[in-house]
Amino acid sequence: MMQFLLADILPAVPEMVMATGAMLLLILGVLQKKNASLMLTQLAMVLIVVTAILLLHAPHGAETAFSGMFVSNRFIIFAKILILISGLLVLPLAQGALPSAGTKFFEYPILILFAMIGMMLMVSANNFLSFYIGLELQSLSIYVLAACNRDNEKSSEAGLKYFILGSLTSGILLYGISLIYGFSGTIEFNALHGFFVGEVNPTSMPIGLLVGLILVITASAFKISAVPFHMWTPDVYEGAPTPVTAFMSTAPKIAASVILVRLMLEPFASWQGQWQQVIIVLSAASMVIGALGALRQRNIKRLMAYSSIGHVGFVLMGLASASDSGVQAILIYLGIYISMSIGVFSIIMMMQRHGEARESTSDLSGFAKTHPLAAIAMTIFMLSMAGIPPFAGFFGKYYVLLAALDAKLYTLAVIGVLSSVISTYYYINIIRLMYFDELGEPLEKLHSEAIRGVLMLTAVFNLFYVIYPTRLIHGAIAAAQTLFL
Amino acid sequence: MLGYPLLSFIIFLPLLGAFFIFALIRGDEETKACNAKNMALWTSCITFVLSLIVLANFNSSSDGFQFEENINWIKGYNINYHLGVDGISIFFVLLTTLLTPICILASWKSITKRVAEYMIAFLLLETLVIGVFCALDFVLFYVFFEAMLLPMFLIIGIWGGDRKVYAAFKFFLYTLAGSVFLLLAMLYIYQQTHTMDIPALMQLVPNLPVVAQKWLFIALLLSFAVKVPMWPVHTWLPDAHVQAPTAGSVILAGILLKMGAYGFLRFSLPMLPAASHAMVPLIFTLSVIAVIYASLVALMQQDMKKLIAYSSIAHMGFVTIGIFTFNIQGVEGAIIQMISHGLVSGALFLCVGVVYDRLHTREISHFGGVAKKMPFYAAVLLFFTMASIGLPGTSGFVGEFLTMAGVYEVSRTFAALTATGVILGAAYMLWLYARVALGEIHNREVKKMDDLELRETLCFLPLAVLVMVLGIYPSYVTNILQHPVENLLKQVQKHDQSYIAMNLTQNQIIKVTQ
Repeated sequence: MMQFLLADILPAVPEMVMATGAMLLLILGVLQKKNASLMLTQLAMVLIVVTAILLLHAPHGAETAFSGMFVSNRFIIFAKILILISGLLVLPLAQGALPSAGTKFFEYPILILFAMIGMMLMVSANNFLSFYIGLELQSLSIYVLAACNRDNEKSSEAGLKYFILGSLTSGILLYGISLIYGFSGTIEFNALHGFFVGEVNPTSMPIGLLVGLILVITASAFKISAVPFHMWTPDVYEGAPTPVTAFMSTAPKIAASVILVRLMLEPFASWQGQWQQVIIVLSAASMVIGALGALRQRNIKRLMAYSSIGHVGFVLMGLASASDSGVQAILIYLGIYISMSIGVFSIIMMMQRHGEARESTSDLSGFAKTHPLAAIAMTIFMLSMAGIPPFAGFFGKYYVLLAALDAKLYTLAVIGVLSSVISTYYYINIIRLMYFDELGEPLEKLHSEAIRGVLMLTAVFNLFYVIYPTRLIHGAIAAAQTLFL
Repeated sequence: MLGYPLLSFIIFLPLLGAFFIFALIRGDEETKACNAKNMALWTSCITFVLSLIVLANFNSSSDGFQFEENINWIKGYNINYHLGVDGISIFFVLLTTLLTPICILASWKSITKRVAEYMIAFLLLETLVIGVFCALDFVLFYVFFEAMLLPMFLIIGIWGGDRKVYAAFKFFLYTLAGSVFLLLAMLYIYQQTHTMDIPALMQLVPNLPVVAQKWLFIALLLSFAVKVPMWPVHTWLPDAHVQAPTAGSVILAGILLKMGAYGFLRFSLPMLPAASHAMVPLIFTLSVIAVIYASLVALMQQDMKKLIAYSSIAHMGFVTIGIFTFNIQGVEGAIIQMISHGLVSGALFLCVGVVYDRLHTREISHFGGVAKKMPFYAAVLLFFTMASIGLPGTSGFVGEFLTMAGVYEVSRTFAALTATGVILGAAYMLWLYARVALGEIHNREVKKMDDLELRETLCFLPLAVLVMVLGIYPSYVTNILQHPVENLLKQVQKHDQSYIAMNLTQNQIIKVTQ
């Protein structure tokens, strides 16, 4: 009996360790008299590392826990490692932030931890219920994080906006799940997969199931801010404190795109003809709107919001190709995207004058004179995001486009490269501001070892990925294959 | 000596130099600038010497790639770090390694702000350009080809003229918009053949269906045509040239423009022979338009740099038409024309730079009678003007003559049309010379101008010598070119015949079924 129980929870041990640790940290934080934010951040980072080590040593085969509610395999572990890495990189940013960002309170690292637990549960979901629970845990933590700068109107607005739209999405998701349940009689992923396998002609499926599927895709599209469900992104990105934005732009997107990939390729794999067209449209629209929307942005966080929409379009292009090469391209793309995005946000955190954060792109003029090294790093990130070789972002796009061509999605690939040319305009515009323009009022130096460290790590990764790309690729190949066994 | 990865040394030595400038050179502005300049000059000179060693050990009787290096780079995607040179690419490597130290020397005094960064940008550019010409892996080629945009963007944008931002953006986006189609073509080819190795692709890609080849050709054309630049995608070039600093223009005209034509020689022709044959009328027409249109526009220019920029477009028109003649004269003529244009237009931009440094204007009308104050300069300008026109005895003559001989074999009409370019070329270049160097001095500023100093003479000397040598004894180059070009043409012809044969059999089948 005991052995049975242990086997049934074993795959979820990393999450359980993390959750227990997070709660212990919460108790510790409450008991501390003085502000324990720094210590808790450090402990949280240790906890993340421990979880990552546990994950890496977990069995790589497909294993289920909690009577099939929870599943773990190579693909899921890879995604979780990406989520943990982005958490690990984001946590120190908050410590380096200005006091006005309002992120130096002890609940901050704990909320991040809980959000990450939610994401990990979500990507491990093997049932719509556990999917929903994970999603809600993640979303609730992030609503609070977005509004955590209480005295700032914009932050409160961002939190509220995200909360209202997020709740609407949860409603849509639940409605979709209930339709799927109503028409198929199950909410288990494996059973749903079997439901399709039995059917000879997938188009003869009940229409209600299709509506349910589309509603589920809609909810996921909202979470990854794919067009046309992207409207909240610029406002929330702008309003939320910058370290929170850095987090929001990476980890939840990874989690939501990975679960979307799993939904499409596991339970609904046989229905590829139905969902592929939806994903293609989402992908094309995201790339185009992401490129065009950013052209006129003056606030760098809004600009990054549109840029992330464009990147989501590329991720969806990988999904649209519905192949193992597409999935491995997605994983590599997400990994590279984390490093670019967090790198840019750590630069944004360095933009300050008289103790106040500056967020206008024009504040970057003459940045190369005051912060020569940071300007080089920013140049690397911008070119990487634009997909200019030899930086990492190019290879991300390369693999995705290759997968798209493999799947004969020629039009989508052409839209992708053209929109990346358009988006290059605003990326190199940042380089222009930093290097060509004369110095306006200079930004001041921000002395934070934490931010500098994150910046260094991400820049080095983007610059030197070209020399040794094999490791990431092998991991992604092995991970992607588990979806297509 | 040959046991060493010589090509990698040549490629990455400038990068190493750039890194040293970045990491080690400290101190106040002046010492920093001085050290950076010396460091850059020495690095590029050593690179040049290394490339001469390659030339000395080059076996001109072989038609394959030499000095090959092949390391598995991206496993899982079959991408290799594969380098090598053949008789065609070696000249472009040499041209690059020769022009870079000259560029650095030419910027010695004219660049006063952010000197260290300027030198880093140039060394970076040298690394990437040599990489383009040595790469034997498609992805590696693309990486170098695209990465080169950044240093050039910075060179135009930071050290350029009044409208530098506009010019830099136009350059970057135009080129990128073309290159992404190259990327797609490359991915499609990989998807069909599962290799990125250029020598292997030369055998595999010609077997693709003709329709696919045509699409691929168009994609490559979009990319290379912007680089060459061919009419009608040439409009970035005058802006970039006018706004770039002198050395930037030299490198742009001397080397970057050659990449497009090199792309035709390395990819379009050998890999897509059937499509290349089918596209000959299009290329011929575009080239002739470029030659005549650009020459006419050049006639009317008020700005010296703009005039030479348009003359570059015209000269590159000769190159593209020569490449697509598919005969040995035409192709060899095109390559010699490229080398010659690299030397001559580089020198002409240097000439403009010399007077610009003194008078801070490029308006032709502000000059006049320069020969009286700067006789030696006037002689140099005259020499390169003549070389640009294609006077016998200079390299320009060999290139233009061979090209036109090649075109004549294919089509007399096009040969005649191309020849008008030579006449127009003489018209605008001579008129330019007359307005700048001859006549009375009507601008008081001109009276204060000094003749060439030693540094400037040193810049011109190697170019002038090479122009002469190439003009008088072109066999040295044609000997090395012969085998690879013959090989290339054989490749083009072989698949052309199979293409014809295939069409024939199809027609016969159709007839039989009818």
